[in-house]
Amino acid sequence: MIRIEKATKKFMGATVLDSVSVTFLPGDKVALMGPNGAGKTTLVRSVLGFYRLDGGEIEVFGNSPYQKRTAVLERIAFIPQTPPPIKLSVKELCEYISKSSGVEVERIAAEADRMDLDLKGNGDKPFFKLSGGMKQKLLIAIALSRKSDIFIFDEPTANLDPKARERFYALLKELNPESIAVYITHRIEELGDLVNRTVYMDLGKITEDRRIA
Amino acid sequence: MKNLFLVAKLDIKESLRSRWFLVYLTVFGGMMALFFVTGITDSVVMGFTGLSRLLLIYMQVTVVILPIFILITTVKSISQDRESAILEYMLSFPVSLFDYYWGKMAGRFFIVFFPVVLALVLGVAWGALKGGELPWSMLLIYSALLFAMCAVFLGIAFFISTLVKSHDVALGASFVVWITLLAFIDIALIGLMLQNRFDDEIIISIALLNPMEVFRVGAVALFDPELTVMGPVAYFLLDSFGRTNLLVYAFVYPVVLGIFFAWAGYWYFSRKDLL
Ligand SMILES: Nc1ncnc2c1ncn2[C@@H]1O[C@H](COP(=O)(O)OP(=O)(O)O)[C@@H](O)[C@H]1O
Ligand SMILES: [Mg+2]
Repeated sequence: MIRIEKATKKFMGATVLDSVSVTFLPGDKVALMGPNGAGKTTLVRSVLGFYRLDGGEIEVFGNSPYQKRTAVLERIAFIPQTPPPIKLSVKELCEYISKSSGVEVERIAAEADRMDLDLKGNGDKPFFKLSGGMKQKLLIAIALSRKSDIFIFDEPTANLDPKARERFYALLKELNPESIAVYITHRIEELGDLVNRTVYMDLGKITEDRRIA
Repeated sequence: MKNLFLVAKLDIKESLRSRWFLVYLTVFGGMMALFFVTGITDSVVMGFTGLSRLLLIYMQVTVVILPIFILITTVKSISQDRESAILEYMLSFPVSLFDYYWGKMAGRFFIVFFPVVLALVLGVAWGALKGGELPWSMLLIYSALLFAMCAVFLGIAFFISTLVKSHDVALGASFVVWITLLAFIDIALIGLMLQNRFDDEIIISIALLNPMEVFRVGAVALFDPELTVMGPVAYFLLDSFGRTNLLVYAFVYPVVLGIFFAWAGYWYFSRKDLL
């Protein structure tokens, strides 16, 4: 589980997270929503150990993301807001993930296959030269292959065409029911029955937290 | 630790494909080739044998361009990785910050050190083919000096990149470091000396603290001071410390300084916001 307790984060004096407290339990499938600049990305980045909080604390399955960074990250699969222009080839990127996270490349290839992405055929291409949709599919395949306890998706479908989006949602239905999934999204209607909880943020605070049946 | 080698290996592969590396390779390899084409090795001027003279010129040009090359390319790639969210993605996997930072450092070190030493070795090999004597000690000492030079400027580059989050500011800072160090090599120091406004000790200290000057003096220290135009500061240093001490210092000081900056960078990297 993810326990966030009075998390406060300031950037150059501006309070971006304002004493946020929220707990995500196994089985929670959360749509995290709110206007741009609300602090959603900052919140998930704090969970991933990228930011040092100015106040409060975060625990992921009992571990602090700073003190036990790798132990925490072993349990989280993350998809960033936009695919970064990684210069490694597809093969090299898969090697990095496979060796660091203990996932077999075959598993990534199998997940890619289910997204209609030919991993082997594109192995020597630099990641950044793939089309926007292919990049996003690969990131999704990598995240799903990791069979993590926690999935964090920062607007994962922004670059996908409608067909690919549908296929992605179909794959998400297969996520382990006990896993935690946090989707940052502007399109709650597309997530439909994938989520059982909606959390709204604005100005660094959680303004609404609802469970839906 | 296994991830350290993984990060280093992938960084090397990525650099080998990059445009800046191609330019880097061309500049240092091309410089050496140019020396041969222009026939510097064939003449005996001012008592230098051709090959040692060539190597000295190579070192004197390298002292100016190597630092700026290392600073700009390293700072650029690290801050670009951060601004384009590559760092965010790569660090979302269970790789320790230690492995990531020092793996990048090791990869970079290999990639900047290898071409400059390769050019040096090629120069020596070519010279030997043309019938000169193999200057083993010179090759060894110059390789060590180049190693020290790479260490100190990579250390400074990593330090700047972790401390300064903005791409432009980091590039500007690198440039200022380079210009400042360049200003305080012999030429400017002579100016200060002539003005007589500063004690000689101050000027000597400045010279000894400046890794670029230390490298220059180390490179020139192999030659007979009567024959080289080494500048008064270098001459003075050589005269008061002796050749061996000076050479040891020219290697140890930049390496220690480089390690210091690299560790300071790591300290900051592992304790502050990563993005
Ligand atoms: N690394 C950073 N440095 C400075 N300001 C930041 C940084 N990251 C985010 N911010 C600021 O924090 C605020 C919240 O950003 P973010 O968490 O990305 O919002 P959201 O994802 O909800 O759109 C924004 O005003 C943004 O400009
Ligand atoms: Mg965001």
